[in-house]
Amino acid sequence: MTESTPKTTKPSKVASEPMPKDFGFGPDEEMLRDLAKKLLDVEMPIEKMRRLVALDPTSTYEQGERPGWDEELWKQCVELGWTGLAVPEELGGIGVKMVGIAGLVEEVGRHALASPLIATLNATYALREAGTGEANAWLARIAEGRAASLAITNQHGSWEQASSDVVASRTADGLSLSGSAFFVQDAFKVDFFVVLARADDRSEADSDESYLLCVVPASAAGLEISQDHIHDLTRDQATLRFDNVSVSSDELVSSAGALALVRAWPAILSTISADLCGTSEWQLQTTVEYAKTRKQFDRPIGFFQAVKHPLTNAMIEIDRARSLLYHAACCIDSGSDEALDMARMAKSAASDAGRFMSDRSVQLHGGIGFTWECDIHLYFKRSMHNQVLYGDGAHQRRLLAVAIMGPISSSEVTP
Amino acid sequence: MTSLNAEQFEFQEFARRWLDENRPAPPEERLPITPLEIMKESHRDYLQDWQGKVHAAGLVGADYPVEYGGFGHEGFQGIANQELARAGTPMLINIVGLNMAAPTILAHGTEEQKKLLIPGCLSGSEIWCQGFSEPGAGSDMANQQTLATADGDNWIINGHKVWTSLGHFAKWMILIARTSKHHKYDGLTYFLMPIAGNAGVTVRPLVKITGESGFNEVLFEDAVVSDDLRLDDVGKGWTVAMTTLTFERGAAESAGGGGGDFARSVQKLVELARSSRREGRSASDDPLVRDAIAGRAIVAEGIRQNGRRARVPALCDHPMRLPLQQKVTSSEFSQGNSRLGVEIAGAHSTLYKLDPAAPDAGYWPLSYMNSYGHTIAAGTNEIQRNILGERVLGLPKSK
Repeated sequence: MTESTPKTTKPSKVASEPMPKDFGFGPDEEMLRDLAKKLLDVEMPIEKMRRLVALDPTSTYEQGERPGWDEELWKQCVELGWTGLAVPEELGGIGVKMVGIAGLVEEVGRHALASPLIATLNATYALREAGTGEANAWLARIAEGRAASLAITNQHGSWEQASSDVVASRTADGLSLSGSAFFVQDAFKVDFFVVLARADDRSEADSDESYLLCVVPASAAGLEISQDHIHDLTRDQATLRFDNVSVSSDELVSSAGALALVRAWPAILSTISADLCGTSEWQLQTTVEYAKTRKQFDRPIGFFQAVKHPLTNAMIEIDRARSLLYHAACCIDSGSDEALDMARMAKSAASDAGRFMSDRSVQLHGGIGFTWECDIHLYFKRSMHNQVLYGDGAHQRRLLAVAIMGPISSSEVTP
Repeated sequence: MTSLNAEQFEFQEFARRWLDENRPAPPEERLPITPLEIMKESHRDYLQDWQGKVHAAGLVGADYPVEYGGFGHEGFQGIANQELARAGTPMLINIVGLNMAAPTILAHGTEEQKKLLIPGCLSGSEIWCQGFSEPGAGSDMANQQTLATADGDNWIINGHKVWTSLGHFAKWMILIARTSKHHKYDGLTYFLMPIAGNAGVTVRPLVKITGESGFNEVLFEDAVVSDDLRLDDVGKGWTVAMTTLTFERGAAESAGGGGGDFARSVQKLVELARSSRREGRSASDDPLVRDAIAGRAIVAEGIRQNGRRARVPALCDHPMRLPLQQKVTSSEFSQGNSRLGVEIAGAHSTLYKLDPAAPDAGYWPLSYMNSYGHTIAAGTNEIQRNILGERVLGLPKSK
């Protein structure tokens, strides 16, 4: 995933379909989203979520206990087919369009749901782009209800460098993995990982074939899953340590792993953007509600323009992000060459809207917004995590600028 | 709006072909950015001629009834507007007549008023201006001091209107005047006021921040208007004005020509950055400039996609949420772009358009200063934010 050559980061030109005016968001997508909303409204109201993940700050932050989540609810989601949302129908999934997934994930964000859904979706995109028979077999398992997560990031958190601290060595009957993968999302909720590993018989600078994508079951011998202490209470994150973990031939899902990830990148960015749009919308509505009820100087504080205008500005930013999100999703569904650029726009806008909305949500709640008992912090932290994940706004704009204006030239400085 | 029927599809094809074949040669002198800044007679003649042709071809007034100078279709105008924007042909000069007077008269007018006035709005043969703002009635628009006094079958108007774009070319003005001092809102009445050749009316140019003239003030001294030209009932002026503003604030996008091409304005910044230098390098290599330009591209695409999403009810939480943002986002987008252009041009941004070394003929600083016209006019963006906060988010009213 080199960033200096934007051409290679785009999928080969396929005959792209004309863009639907409604982003392709039809009755099926609407039903899926509304169903998710109904389910989560009932099963994960904010009071329940608070009990589940934020009962006690000491146990979470000092004793480092595992973040809570509702496994029973996840089983319901699996029964509804959520693991297979992005798995093609011929492999047993539902094959929902990206714009439909965006709508559903927004609801997941709005409820700050702790679950392996987003990790599984992202792993699904990578397996889909791997395009091999081995990858398809794992996609079928996801459709059956297995959850998965990507282990593709190095120790520096370089989201898009073709780089990995996991090395794959050839053995008599397959591969052996050693090293570490960092910033792995919801690692304690999934059944297997999709790991980016550098083939040890290739050098870093080598071609697309330098990086492999391998599946490693969470229970694999030699794999240690070590929990990171993180701020966000609605997920877990881990460092994976591989000590001669053997990978069989049906677990090697791509010998052009970096390329598969590049192709999956628009969908990955869109999914995180959707979660951000959902959390931001919850923060907006919750803060508006507070501004309508909290009185100072004998008036609801929402009367004052110092409160009203920032909330309006936040709404404008959120709407920009949402419109860009649906467009990016629609570009992915239509096979457009612009999908990656548009997904970068969506992620930049969603990250920045999330940052601004989070900032105002605490500030406008005043003293109570600064306390553990106010739910605002749950969304603040989930948003903050997502703003950074797979590249923040500035990161996306840096790469977008390469697409718009070409790379920075190395010309001599002349006065 | 998701798909066109056969008739609409055929119309779209026709519109594309017609615009392609009838694109006029550019005028001798560069046009201002919006119709509201037209001051030169040569520009007026050029644009009035163009609107007449576009109307004759059926691309303006497409959905208006035939008896009012329209073409009696349904769902055609949106298509025509899109094609006009896409073709990048010159703007339609009669922006106030088309987007404000005509729809308001259609909603509130008598049969005679509709037949008399709408055809000229559509063809552009009769130019309109707007008489809402006064020195003491800006954001607080109901604070109108212009008086209308009944005199037999006539009304006598006395007062002072400001920021009157196109006033010096206008035959007509949509005018709000006070008919009762006892009621702030219910004391207002709406008139269709003849301006050109009216003995009691004086139109004087106002000079803008840039030193250019761009709009006017209009003085009424015992100016006469017939009661036949009163729109709707006495005391209903505020309600009628709200109809007008709905069209004004929502319709900027469909004004045709002028705005719309946001992507092109970002491209202009890229070109400026490539030809400007800072710290001994091309400004297009400066990471901060690059970040800012990418940011502009994101906002541009965001506005475009907001327009698309506003027509997909399933993806809008509140029907007015996106339409009411349009004025704020597009005016601030243009302002931000111009300001960035000034920044990128660096030392050269100090140069006025008459200086031969001014980049892009002095466009950036002038367009930056002119951009305040858009963030202030048609309800300041502060008032727009109140409206958004109150009508969409449901926050308590700030008055």
